Amino acid sequence: MPFFSGDNMTGGYGGADIINSCTINVNRGEIVTILGPNGAGKSTAMKAMLGLLNLKSGKISIDGKDISKLTPQDRVKEGISFVPQSRNVFTGLSVLENLEMGAFLREERIEEIIEEIFALFPILKEKKAQIVGELSGGQRQQVALGRALMTKPSVLMLDEPTAGVSPIVMDELFDHILKVKKTNVAIIMVEQNAKQALSIADRGYVLVTGENKFSGTGKELLNDPEVRRSFLGG
Amino acid sequence: MDIINAIVLLLNYIFVPALSYGSQLALGAIFVSLIYGILRFAYFTAGDLMSFGTMFTILFTWYFQSLGISLGIFPTALLAIPFAIIITTLYVLLKDKLVFSYYRTKKSPPVQLAMVSIGTMFVTQAIVRIIIGPFDRRFFDGEKFILKANEFKEMTGLNEGLTIKSTQVITLLVTIIVVSILFWFLNKTKTGKSMRAYSDNEDLALLSGIDPKKVVMITWVIAAILATIGGALYGLDKSFKPFTYFNNMLPIFAAAIVGGIGNPFGAFLGGYVIAFSEILVTYAYRKFFIYLLPESIEPDGLLQLLSTDYKFAVSFSILVVVLLFRPSGIFKGKVL
Repeated sequence: MPFFSGDNMTGGYGGADIINSCTINVNRGEIVTILGPNGAGKSTAMKAMLGLLNLKSGKISIDGKDISKLTPQDRVKEGISFVPQSRNVFTGLSVLENLEMGAFLREERIEEIIEEIFALFPILKEKKAQIVGELSGGQRQQVALGRALMTKPSVLMLDEPTAGVSPIVMDELFDHILKVKKTNVAIIMVEQNAKQALSIADRGYVLVTGENKFSGTGKELLNDPEVRRSFLGG
Repeated sequence: MDIINAIVLLLNYIFVPALSYGSQLALGAIFVSLIYGILRFAYFTAGDLMSFGTMFTILFTWYFQSLGISLGIFPTALLAIPFAIIITTLYVLLKDKLVFSYYRTKKSPPVQLAMVSIGTMFVTQAIVRIIIGPFDRRFFDGEKFILKANEFKEMTGLNEGLTIKSTQVITLLVTIIVVSILFWFLNKTKTGKSMRAYSDNEDLALLSGIDPKKVVMITWVIAAILATIGGALYGLDKSFKPFTYFNNMLPIFAAAIVGGIGNPFGAFLGGYVIAFSEILVTYAYRKFFIYLLPESIEPDGLLQLLSTDYKFAVSFSILVVVLLFRPSGIFKGKVL
């Protein structure tokens, strides 16, 4: 049984269903990427797993525990952390304050966790007193990742972490995501840069109109002629 | 000597009064800015909340005076302020529970909340007028002057006197203390940081587990504290008249917007920007130039840019100019 799963999720934001019996699961120490054309419901599927929309049917569970009825805040307490696509940092706060806010619910001393984050993202240590609004796009994404990791999550969900950053920064970010994976965190990410995402992902799901169309290991999907033709540009 | 006389003149009629008036505006502007940043609406009850707090300061001052309690050379009102703060805090929390929380849970647009705050403004005004009436009241007691004009003249041998009222010094000292504590709270404590985080990015704050109810409650408590202190200081320095407090809303909002609404530090400085502009523009410079210019070209008129009756036009103009050319304010607050 997978560590974190959303089974047969159906639902939307009130109107028509955006996702239809969509199933996504991930294990610890694994990167799973959700791909698909625009409007396929990639982000929606991820938000459903976080509890940001009401599902008509389907079940979300983590470590065997059913969390379908929990609010997003309570799911965060269960060990799920989410990095939104945009507005994913506190731009008016310093790097250090962003990390502290990430650990808001932790009562114990958080210095150790902050040191771990600094070890993962050395640039943040250098810039810890700087206001996040003054950092570059790539550095901001690292702050966003760092903030999300402050809860010591077992599941990390990333909504298009590389949107709007340069190819060099994108490679760097993927390196960081691989480092996070090595800390035994289950990672789900929605990505537009399908080829690069599949090259670091263990598995991938291709969604079309809210349904699972293809799924498999990163290699399988990369080599699948139909997937290549429709989503990877030949 | 004439240059020194001219400088003393400006110190006496512009610098000292603007510094204390600016502090009083700053206290108001800070809480308007905080409410805008965290509750996300323009709080039009601001001026009348200050009058509410001042009213209770006066009532407690009377009560203490009737008991024969006084602070000697200091105004009794200083003793009354903490009690007035408690009542004002209860009032804003009750108002939030009865009125604002309903619109907040409904996720009403900010404009609707601003309209609601106009409603609570009328209610607050009515309460103040029912309890204490619309008249002008002075509640200052204790030693009035720290430095009298005559004493200064004797000391220095200058023609111009410098008057420093004790309320001006009290205003400045209290403002420095209150504002330092507030900024220490916002920048150094976990709760203060969570309030800034909530103001910065509400969704992310919720995802991080920050409790919106607590943030909102603390915002109201800070608003009540600042409103009572700012209002009481203004009343001590000048006088308490409910209508004046209502009018002060314009310079207070101008200060908050000049500083960048949602940014408390900007609002703090904005208070002084507005106070200095208002007094600089409405001051009659005739005497100043008499000291500086040779007798042959002495000015005839008052050399006043704008009559004091129009002092609100200054805040209003600043408000319009800032909103047109730099809507985010000096310190990059939120754009209205």
